Amino acid sequence: MGDMIWLVPLIPMLSSILLMLGSGSLPRVIIGLLGVCSVGAAAVLTLLVGLDFLANPQPFQMTLWTWMQVGNFSPGIAFYFDGLTLVMMSVITGVGFLIHLFSTEFMEEDVSYARYFAYLNMFVAAMLVLVMADNLLLLYLGWEGVGVCSYLLVGFWYQNSANGQAARKAFVVTRIGDTAMALGLLLLFTQLGTLDIQAMMGVANEQWQVGDTLPLIACLLLLGGAVGKSAQLPLHTWLPDAMAGPTPVSALIHAATMVTAGVYLIARTNGLFLLAPTAMMIVALIGLATSLMAAFTALMQSDIKRILAYSTISQIGYMFLALGVGAWTAGIFHLMTHAFFKALLFLGSGAIIHYLHHEHDIFKMGGLRSKMPVTFWSFMIGSAALAALPMTSGFFSKDQILLQAYLQPDAGPWLWLGGLLGALLTAIYSFRLVFVVFFGEAKTQPDGDTGWRMALPLVVLCGLAMVGGYFIIPVAEVFPVASGEHPANWVEYVSISVPLMGLLLSYLIFHSGQLNVDKLVNSSLGQWLRRFWHSGWGIDWLYDRIFVRPYYRLSGIMVNEPIDAIYGLIVAINQTFNHWLAESQTGRMRWYIASMVFGLILVLTLALQISAEAL
Amino acid sequence: MVMVNLILILLLGGVIAMLSERAGENIPRRVALVVIMLDLAYLLSELWGMPSLTQLQAPMPDDPSTWLMHFKAQWIPAFGISIELALDGISLLMVLLTLVLGAIAVSASWTDIAVKHGFFEANLLWTLAGVLGVFMALDLFLFFLFWEVMLIPMYFMIAIWGHENRGYAAMKFFIFTQASGLLMLVATLALVKVNHSATGQWSFSYFDLLNTPMPEQTAHWLMLGFFIAFVVKLPAFPFHTWLPDAHTQAPTAGSVILAGILLKTGAYGLIRFAVPLFPEAALDFSWTAMALGAAGVVYGAVLAFSQSDFKRLVAYSSVSHMGFVLLGVYAWNELALQGAVMQMVAHGFSTAALFMIAGSLQERLHTRDMREMGGLWQQMPRMGAVAMFFVLASLGLPGLGNFVAEFLVLLGLFQISPWITAVAALGLITGAIYSLILMQKSFQGEPNPKLQDHGLVDFAGREMLTMTVMMVALIGLGLYPQPVLDMAQPVLQSLLEMTSVEAMP
Amino acid sequence: MEGLNIPLNHILLVSTLLFSIGMLGLMIRRNIIFILMSLEVMLNAAALAFVAAGAHWGQPDGQIIFMLILTVAAAEVAVGLGLVLQVQRRFKTLDMDSANRMRG
Repeated sequence: MGDMIWLVPLIPMLSSILLMLGSGSLPRVIIGLLGVCSVGAAAVLTLLVGLDFLANPQPFQMTLWTWMQVGNFSPGIAFYFDGLTLVMMSVITGVGFLIHLFSTEFMEEDVSYARYFAYLNMFVAAMLVLVMADNLLLLYLGWEGVGVCSYLLVGFWYQNSANGQAARKAFVVTRIGDTAMALGLLLLFTQLGTLDIQAMMGVANEQWQVGDTLPLIACLLLLGGAVGKSAQLPLHTWLPDAMAGPTPVSALIHAATMVTAGVYLIARTNGLFLLAPTAMMIVALIGLATSLMAAFTALMQSDIKRILAYSTISQIGYMFLALGVGAWTAGIFHLMTHAFFKALLFLGSGAIIHYLHHEHDIFKMGGLRSKMPVTFWSFMIGSAALAALPMTSGFFSKDQILLQAYLQPDAGPWLWLGGLLGALLTAIYSFRLVFVVFFGEAKTQPDGDTGWRMALPLVVLCGLAMVGGYFIIPVAEVFPVASGEHPANWVEYVSISVPLMGLLLSYLIFHSGQLNVDKLVNSSLGQWLRRFWHSGWGIDWLYDRIFVRPYYRLSGIMVNEPIDAIYGLIVAINQTFNHWLAESQTGRMRWYIASMVFGLILVLTLALQISAEAL
Repeated sequence: MVMVNLILILLLGGVIAMLSERAGENIPRRVALVVIMLDLAYLLSELWGMPSLTQLQAPMPDDPSTWLMHFKAQWIPAFGISIELALDGISLLMVLLTLVLGAIAVSASWTDIAVKHGFFEANLLWTLAGVLGVFMALDLFLFFLFWEVMLIPMYFMIAIWGHENRGYAAMKFFIFTQASGLLMLVATLALVKVNHSATGQWSFSYFDLLNTPMPEQTAHWLMLGFFIAFVVKLPAFPFHTWLPDAHTQAPTAGSVILAGILLKTGAYGLIRFAVPLFPEAALDFSWTAMALGAAGVVYGAVLAFSQSDFKRLVAYSSVSHMGFVLLGVYAWNELALQGAVMQMVAHGFSTAALFMIAGSLQERLHTRDMREMGGLWQQMPRMGAVAMFFVLASLGLPGLGNFVAEFLVLLGLFQISPWITAVAALGLITGAIYSLILMQKSFQGEPNPKLQDHGLVDFAGREMLTMTVMMVALIGLGLYPQPVLDMAQPVLQSLLEMTSVEAMP
Repeated sequence: MEGLNIPLNHILLVSTLLFSIGMLGLMIRRNIIFILMSLEVMLNAAALAFVAAGAHWGQPDGQIIFMLILTVAAAEVAVGLGLVLQVQRRFKTLDMDSANRMRG
């Protein structure tokens, strides 16, 4: 069964090409079928391969052909399959399939139905290549491929230039990270002589000592790529804007799969990161800082998708924290559960937006509980999982992360405390969303509730968000063995109770109104903080001043080609001489004669002088 | 003789195309297409079954028989000038690229030439003949001759069929190329003189001149002569300023040939002549050259971003891309050189296609100003999709040819200097910025109300066919570049060996 | 040879003087007639030098060249006067500087 894995990315790719070619002529039913079934087929294949693998957990490698061979540089178009790959593939194809199905209803009335599914299928293919790649160069292909698909889908409604702006921002900001990553690839190949991930980590272990500078630099460069793609500080600014795309796209790309690519990359190259403890620490700190920053920001947003976007940034921060403290399995586990509940939340918000005339502002919603029951329950379960209430999937993964963070030898308790604060905030903002949107009085009437193509994915994802925590992911072989030690019991109790406290606070503030925070909010400091957090800590503003505007100004100055001015100078000098000489061409005979005579005299004098000297 | 025929077919074809206008103004373009196809078919039929093609051997400078093809005839024996043509893997690649892009150029100019159809196609064919000569000539005098032959018809193409500011652009192009060509001529003559005083024999043959012993200072100046001639053509920062004007003003076919092929003669010259003739001097000079390359990558990208003229933007993107070639050549190791060769081929296709799109837009909208465009995707989805493809290719999307090229260059360069690599890698970011702004301003964004009732026609059969050829080529180069790499490999290897032996004291 | 025996140098000096006067006239005069006359003076200066040199060496060549110069001068005057007439007709003046345009 294993030798069929190359079909998994190929089927969505072919479907995508077919959809592009036939975009003008295919009937909508066929388009939908093609789009959904290709991913469905990929999911089925993944399932079959996965069952095979679980029965006989033997990682394998498969080379289709040698991509290029120059000297000793010979990356292949080659796939590698192990437990980690399986988890990622399952998430991508499984959640991907549900989101495709959801999209058939969500995008029903869109003119560019075929283009949408073509891009979405292409994304799935690229993402699969990313996680299946055997070497970093092919991974980079998938990496850039998903970036392009994200760009295309964020700017899907291209007639609105704001969408284009957001799409370009997403691409360029991630490209900054990607370039760092490319440099990392160059460094790794130059130093280790291969880009095949498994072989490379082997060579690195032989060649480098723990704590060397080179692995640190290499890891930081790879981390650059990871923070770009996974929207972590300092390259996170693109993700909230990327919400300009259709909502299922946000669910698939900007919540469940692509943005977790950075987590995957670090987990995949764990052998390198283990050689650079400093890099690990930086990963943990970036994760923690991002998760807190984004949680505060999410608390202040009123656009339903922006809340979810910042929440995604925050949750990926947790994954980074997990990776940074060496809790590899917990990080990947959180990646998976997050894919379930965040896709659920995004799809739920998509349903709301779809039936509420494209309303994004949560304060214009309200009282949707009875009108849209399926959506309501999706949000309840999704938010519970996001807030990590006990027994939900998010609880299991986040709890593990927090406990392992506590055990981190250098700064464990501090990381844990930070994580707890994040968890508290998460609970508050996620239930703030629920209370504001679904309770209280209705402000806008929905057109109805979800049809089956929207409801089915929601229901399935509800199930996954509930029970996903009981899955056991087969990644034991991939990562180094965890220490198995446990922190004191009180740590665990505190970790469990904090989200509940958040829920309670949220209830008191946003639903029952027993806890009045108006005074706090309306104080001048409160107002300032509110604006500051709402703007995402002013980072966008800062980047605009440091990078964007200077670049515009620079290119504005250069538009007329300063170098050409130098050549222009040469031309001007020539023209001046030309002018002077042309002046002498008066047409007056007497001047010519005079100059001839003087010239003759000059020449004769010189000749006499020279011959005199010669004598 | 095959190589002579290849050039003669094009030269005569040009004459026939010119005369054929009397039969009707639609005839010359057909003649031109047939001539190029004939030339291509002739070359392929001669190569067919050539055993050495599947297993190219490294062409030895002291043994012409190791080359794929070699032809030598006396021309001016008194000065040791002969008609010496030869073909190895790299020349063959370039010759094939020239003929394919030549056919594409004819297709690109199918409808946009309004006057003197015959003379236009003749100029196009003569330029191609000159380019073929440049890629095959191994006698330096003959090389110079072809260098001029490709220049003059190109001048006419810009000056007669160009856009509003054609006179200025054509003159600028001519003066830059001519002045730098003269430097090369002087350097060639000096080199021959040096060789004469060393061996007592007059010879312009590449093979004889390769191992000319000379003092360091002399080598340095002569190398500089060749270097400037080639980087002006390439073009490298800061000798690039003719290019935006020439590209912008040239008719579509002219831009396609300029960007697709003529620029590559500069890169070819560097690889074939500038470095191997003066290996030590080139080694000393390599830091300067690489700095110029990296500067060009970034400078071109920044300038491209600031343009509002579609063609000018693409032209500056060429400056940026050719910076990678310069980097690759002067890093002078196998990875980087392969990258440079790859970039020559891939850039040929991607930029030619973008110029064709620019030409199609100009034909339909009568402007190249992107401020007058916007939302064109709506009316011309096929053209939009094609443009998106080539824009992505030009920003170096993995899976397409340009990525393989840029990555190999950077990989080779990294072994020489990580810092220059880091600067050049900035080009990946700035490249994304200008590429996407191009897409945004023209095909995306709010549809321009002025264009709503223009009745814009989307790409049709002929255009889609041409574009498909280039798209398939780029995907092929991106996913399986091995055939190209294999063709170039033996040549590069022998060049590397040659120069490394030379470089040893 | 009896009689007047003038040294060659004196004759050449006169010839040079004549030539210079002619040249000066050529340069400073604007009237075409005077320019033509200056030219004649210069020709005659050259002719004088030839005659003197021929006499000095006792060779006939000097006189032969003198005959040639006479004919040349005659031809030149004929053409020159024709041009003068044309100039006079076209520009209504004999001022040389007014005819400084390439096309009339």
